[in-house]
Amino acid sequence: MDSSSIIQALIGGVLIGTAAALLLWLTGHVAGISGIIGRVLFAAKKPDEFVWRLLFLIGLVIGAKLYYLGYGAAPTGREYFPAWLLIVSGLLVGFGSSLGKGCTSGHGVCGLGRLSLRSLVATLVFLSVAILTTTIVRHVFGLGGVNG
Amino acid sequence: MAKYLVGLLTGLLFGFGLALAGMTQPEKVLGFLDVAGQWDPSLLFVLGGAVGVTAISFRFILRRKTPVLDSRYYFSEKLHVDPALIAGAALFGIGWGIGGYCPGPAVALLAAPGWELWAFLPAMLLGIFLQKLWVAVLDKKTIVAEVNEQNDCS
Repeated sequence: MDSSSIIQALIGGVLIGTAAALLLWLTGHVAGISGIIGRVLFAAKKPDEFVWRLLFLIGLVIGAKLYYLGYGAAPTGREYFPAWLLIVSGLLVGFGSSLGKGCTSGHGVCGLGRLSLRSLVATLVFLSVAILTTTIVRHVFGLGGVNG
Repeated sequence: MAKYLVGLLTGLLFGFGLALAGMTQPEKVLGFLDVAGQWDPSLLFVLGGAVGVTAISFRFILRRKTPVLDSRYYFSEKLHVDPALIAGAALFGIGWGIGGYCPGPAVALLAAPGWELWAFLPAMLLGIFLQKLWVAVLDKKTIVAEVNEQNDCS
């Protein structure tokens, strides 16, 4: 890590926070990605509820693409990472964020921003569990790290 | 119509921010979570930058009785910490700690499709589906009815 990586991280974070602030100010909605995905998939039959969320997700993809096109740094798949492990990880992220009613964006960025106790607890739990998990998976099982 | 444009543009800003911040690189995310390895603290600055903006701006935004384009705010009405919140956050943390993807970066995989997109995104959607199905079966409702009764997260 160098100073440019820190500056990028900080500016990226500010953009994420700004997007969340604009969405709340203009529409009254929380920029929680897991909640938005859940409603695009299973709810919001009314176009008014469904369309803006779908457009948000499309915008998210376009925004990432613009960055990759402009700076040429699109991530490539990790060849060493076991596919079964990534599938297990996906199931847990989907099930857990749906059960806990929020993920890094809904609880972490928006919930902390409005000083929600639920979000503070959720963020502390998922952050500490994630740190513990990465440590165990990498250093105890020797999986998912750069060395296979 | 204005709401649709807001959705697209805030999504665009969000996605650009995620990619710029390094959140769409799972190796970098795991490098942050792996405190016992060669720790990369830069993601602290992502969270700090984002929460810095929301913590300050939300105070001013919420002084308005209603948002600009709507008649109410859609926060969760729940106030108390419950077992589902803890269990859900813990399961999400395990998944995030294994793969390095949270839901936003998982969607952003569509901007750089590779094998990880096809392994992770369908599994995540299935996970969401199974959780909604489980709750709907318990409550004897349809999934759509169940989800429609909820407000936004947090």
